[in-house]
Amino acid sequence: MDNRPLISVEGLARRFGDSGQPAVFENIWFGIDKGEFCCLIGHSGCGKTTILNVLAGLDSPSDGAVIVDNREIDGPSLDRAVIFQGHALLPWLSVMGNIAFAVSSRWPTWDRAKVQEHARRFIELVGLKGAENKRPAQLSGGMKQRVGIARALSIQPKMLLMDEPFSALDALTRGMLQDEVLRICADTKQTVFMITHDVDEAILLADKIVLMTNGPGAKIAEIVVNTMPRNERHRNDLHRHPQYYAIRNHLVEFLVNRSRAFDKEIAGVAYDPRRLKLVKPGLSAVNPPAEVVPLRHTH
Amino acid sequence: MATLKNSLGLRASLLSLLIFAAIIGLWQIATLPTAASGPAVDPEYAKLVGNAAATGTKSSMPTPADIAVTIWGHLTDPFYVRGSNDKGIGIQLAYSLGRVLLGFGLAALVAVPLGFLIGMSPLVYRALDPFIQILKPVSPLAWMPLALYTIKDSAISSIFVIFICSVWPMLINTAFGVASVRKEWLNVARTLEVGPFRTAFKVILPAAAPTIMTGMRISIGIAWLVIVAAEMLVGGTGIGYFVWNEWNNLSIANIVTAILLIGLVGLALDQGLARITKLVTYPE
Repeated sequence: MDNRPLISVEGLARRFGDSGQPAVFENIWFGIDKGEFCCLIGHSGCGKTTILNVLAGLDSPSDGAVIVDNREIDGPSLDRAVIFQGHALLPWLSVMGNIAFAVSSRWPTWDRAKVQEHARRFIELVGLKGAENKRPAQLSGGMKQRVGIARALSIQPKMLLMDEPFSALDALTRGMLQDEVLRICADTKQTVFMITHDVDEAILLADKIVLMTNGPGAKIAEIVVNTMPRNERHRNDLHRHPQYYAIRNHLVEFLVNRSRAFDKEIAGVAYDPRRLKLVKPGLSAVNPPAEVVPLRHTH
Repeated sequence: MATLKNSLGLRASLLSLLIFAAIIGLWQIATLPTAASGPAVDPEYAKLVGNAAATGTKSSMPTPADIAVTIWGHLTDPFYVRGSNDKGIGIQLAYSLGRVLLGFGLAALVAVPLGFLIGMSPLVYRALDPFIQILKPVSPLAWMPLALYTIKDSAISSIFVIFICSVWPMLINTAFGVASVRKEWLNVARTLEVGPFRTAFKVILPAAAPTIMTGMRISIGIAWLVIVAAEMLVGGTGIGYFVWNEWNNLSIANIVTAILLIGLVGLALDQGLARITKLVTYPE
């Protein structure tokens, strides 16, 4: 029991409606270590968001449990901050008001000045200095999500839960925010659990990528270890990294083919959902990066 | 663009003035004294109603000029008291406004917390729904005899009638506003471990405030409509009683003055609440 990870998902299942219904997912086991960035990938409808909601304490599983710090989750906690897909800012409050609401929830005894000073630090951290008094409606999509990130970080949680936080943003903004999340997580050594359906986003951000099969009865197929070290992952030259294509192809292959036919794949093969395979496609098949053909004529 | 808007506003104002002038003109023509065609009425009646009306030389319908004079008389001396049946129109309006605000205020005190409860609990919603559905369409004046019988005080009874007619729109709108607060805002409060009272005041109330205020605006409009009828029934004081009293006096000019003032006060009440609604409305 001592070598339990910070977060341990143990035998999770979720059924909607009466108990005769097939489970959306069942027998889900995985762990997240302290300081680790873990991504969950799967198609829509496999119950990714439900798993995140269970981790957040917003939903309760039909079976199994999530253990954090050796204690079972029985509700939401300030230790686990959520960054919502639709940012979920309170539209009648300013940027400062939204973050101060979170800060004063965390430290109810703090006076106004201390709350605001603390909130201001996190507004600056996400690069929104000068926008403190703006209402969410006056902000762009990217800025709103920055406020959401600042709000989650401001309560200094033990872990961050992110539900496709960048999916509603345009590519340019998404890239900028990914870089920032990478920087902030490295600075604060955050433990992160993030849902995404973007393979490149997972490779850029995650140390560990959990692959989920299609529902109903979705399960974890395997866990891919991102063997590219954090300091070698940069958005602009990710595709030049020798391991990149191997990992990417592995993930795409899973999403396109194996996520559908995983039950056939494990028929007759030993598959223990409690002891999942740790796959390191980056190491096993090192493909050279595709040669970059310059658009301009070389002299 | 701005000039077009300006010219539209200008043209609308001009048209309003034109319509106003047309109404006044038609009114003036309609109330012109007709030529005397001999004594057309019973002399007893003529003695009773005054010579001018009896001979038909002058209509009992006042001319616009008569109305203007009456309005001016009321506006220059709105708060006089000359006996219990002869009080200034300002005092009568103040009585009505006082009743409306009291009944409306009491209704808000009941409707907003109860609406919160209904909006948050599907059980309470289902349990109270039949009562609301049956009581809501009842004309508030139908409550009057019951109120008079149980309360035994005409002034409080009219306040009760105002209460009962303002309670429904506020109750229904509060319940609807509270029930339709976005789940994600509530989830934000939950993940921040915000207690139920702080969630109610810091998340649900501001989120539902525009809907609640809309309900209040509907309520005060209905209350102002109902108070005139209620005061006609119970008598004593108030603008409704004033109108009925002037009908008994056959003073059309006073009635027209009262109609205009009722309209203006109603407009002011509505605009006041519209202002507050605007303050609590948030863009998403």
